[in-house]
Amino acid sequence: MQLQWMKYLFNWLVKQKEANNMKQFYQFIVKEFYHIFRDRKTLFILLGMPMVQIIIFGFALTNEVKNARIAIVNQSSDKISTKLIQQIDASRYFELYAETKDPKSIEGLFKKGSVKIALVIPPDFETSLSNQNKGSLQIIADASDPNVATTLTNYLSVIVQDFKEELYPNQTMPYSILVDTRMMYNPQLKGAYNFVPGVMAMVLLLVCTMMTALTVVREKELGNMEILLVSPINPIKIILAKAVPYLLLSIINITTILLLSYYILEVPINGSLLLLYAESILFILVSLGLGLLISAATDSQQSAMFISLIVMFLPTVMFSGFIFPIENMPLPLQIVSNIIPAKWFFIIVKSVMIKGGGILLVWKETMVLIVMMSLFFGLAIKKFKIRLA
Amino acid sequence: MNKTAILVENLSKQFGHFKAVDQISFEVAQGEIFGFLGANGAGKTTAMKMLCGLSMPTSGKATVAGFDVYTENESIKKSIGYMSQKFSLYEDLTVKENIKFYAGIYGISPKQIIQKTESLLRQLSLEKEANVLVGQLPLGWKQKLAFSVAIFHDPQIVFLDEPTGGVDPITRREFWNLIYEAAEKGITVFVTTHYMDEAEYCNRVSIMVDGKIEALDTPSNLKSNFNAASMDEVFIQLARKAKRSE
Repeated sequence: MQLQWMKYLFNWLVKQKEANNMKQFYQFIVKEFYHIFRDRKTLFILLGMPMVQIIIFGFALTNEVKNARIAIVNQSSDKISTKLIQQIDASRYFELYAETKDPKSIEGLFKKGSVKIALVIPPDFETSLSNQNKGSLQIIADASDPNVATTLTNYLSVIVQDFKEELYPNQTMPYSILVDTRMMYNPQLKGAYNFVPGVMAMVLLLVCTMMTALTVVREKELGNMEILLVSPINPIKIILAKAVPYLLLSIINITTILLLSYYILEVPINGSLLLLYAESILFILVSLGLGLLISAATDSQQSAMFISLIVMFLPTVMFSGFIFPIENMPLPLQIVSNIIPAKWFFIIVKSVMIKGGGILLVWKETMVLIVMMSLFFGLAIKKFKIRLA
Repeated sequence: MNKTAILVENLSKQFGHFKAVDQISFEVAQGEIFGFLGANGAGKTTAMKMLCGLSMPTSGKATVAGFDVYTENESIKKSIGYMSQKFSLYEDLTVKENIKFYAGIYGISPKQIIQKTESLLRQLSLEKEANVLVGQLPLGWKQKLAFSVAIFHDPQIVFLDEPTGGVDPITRREFWNLIYEAAEKGITVFVTTHYMDEAEYCNRVSIMVDGKIEALDTPSNLKSNFNAASMDEVFIQLARKAKRSE
């Protein structure tokens, strides 16, 4: 009887203690929010960064080539060639920069960088077309930037092809193979479909990893960590409390990015929004864990910043597949790319958001992130404990 | 006879072959102001860390507030306060928020925090600055506030690691008034300092050289034993023996 009663009392005491602990934890979080909200500049950067990145990548940095300057060497000067030139000039990809008769003059234009591409129409273009049903054109491109040269050559070939079909609509080749190309998931070949997931990964990494690392290390630098370690509170709690505000800020950032990309860049969200958020939160946790790990290993804000940028940011840009396709890398680098959390997140976001895939499609990548998260948090906590011993 | 607050016997800390603290022994009574002096690298900080439960001794015995430093680490943490020169309050929090935060760490109830905060602010005549960010206060005020926060939870012992670094003499004097008040309340003060005039304010002073305690007595006894006019001379005589630097 008495034992029972004591058990109740004990349980009640434990509960009180837990409630008190929760209150303490809550107080720490409030304190972190004070730190963040009182540093207006940083807050502004944190919340503004995703918008700026989406706008920069959406409107300024794109690998679609528009209004490339073209030179045309027109040695034919007849009706057909004029029409072709009009058509080229009218397309949004090209802007007629110079029209000459002298093929030698284009070299100077290329050297100066005035044009990226040139089209040579030979003198017998029209006659050859009407007499032999055959005409030839020459495309000369500045291949010092191979990607742009290939893209422009393709654009120009398509325009010429269309032009040909317009001229002889009923003509069919004796043996023709019609290739019907379909671009799955992104029929308009928009760059945004690729960079929105990339920007998400980058912003989350920057906010979570770098900011968390900085805020913990700041406490060390100012000596506050010392007094926290001397106090009866468990330092791990303080550190986890530091991560909470950044988790919330990151969720706001994801929302901003998704809203902007959906309404302004017209990138669809084909999969489940819930899954997308869940995966993002998982990635946020991975980044937070990494930030905590960095903060455990460094003692100054400068080195924390340096490590975050060099160890995290650059590899993320290089190896996530967001800018450089991983398939094209040599095998050792492909292997290296596997340790970059952003690579997995990038695959997940693309699958869920663009291809409309469910968890069945991305469970492997999700598992990888879960393992990484546990690893980073485990190591970070272990490192903090070692410091105390 | 006063109770013992800190008891240290043959306490050592070794890093590899380096003996940072080499068999030190001393006793500090409750309510005493104990000066812990030594040149840079003499082992002061290491010794203090062991007493605060931040670092495990290699050998020897030590109890702080009656708790063993090896096994009762957590109990020690609850009974002590700590302040260092490096430690400042959070500059981007207000005076009140800082007090609330640090008091919260020691598990003081919100009601008590509010009451004690009011009397503390009155005592420091900081009532008007209660909602001012700490970063906007002059350094001397910050130090005084930091000390008051360090003893806010009425610890048995407060450890002060060069608390008055970079502060002008007048503020230092005021700071020492706070220390005396705390000692009168029965709080034991364990203080390290560079300033020899401050050493004179202590009840007893120990001077560490190369990890060992070379002298331990009241300031007046030390001066007569070493035939010195001031604590400064005592310190220089002892510190000259030091073989290791930084």
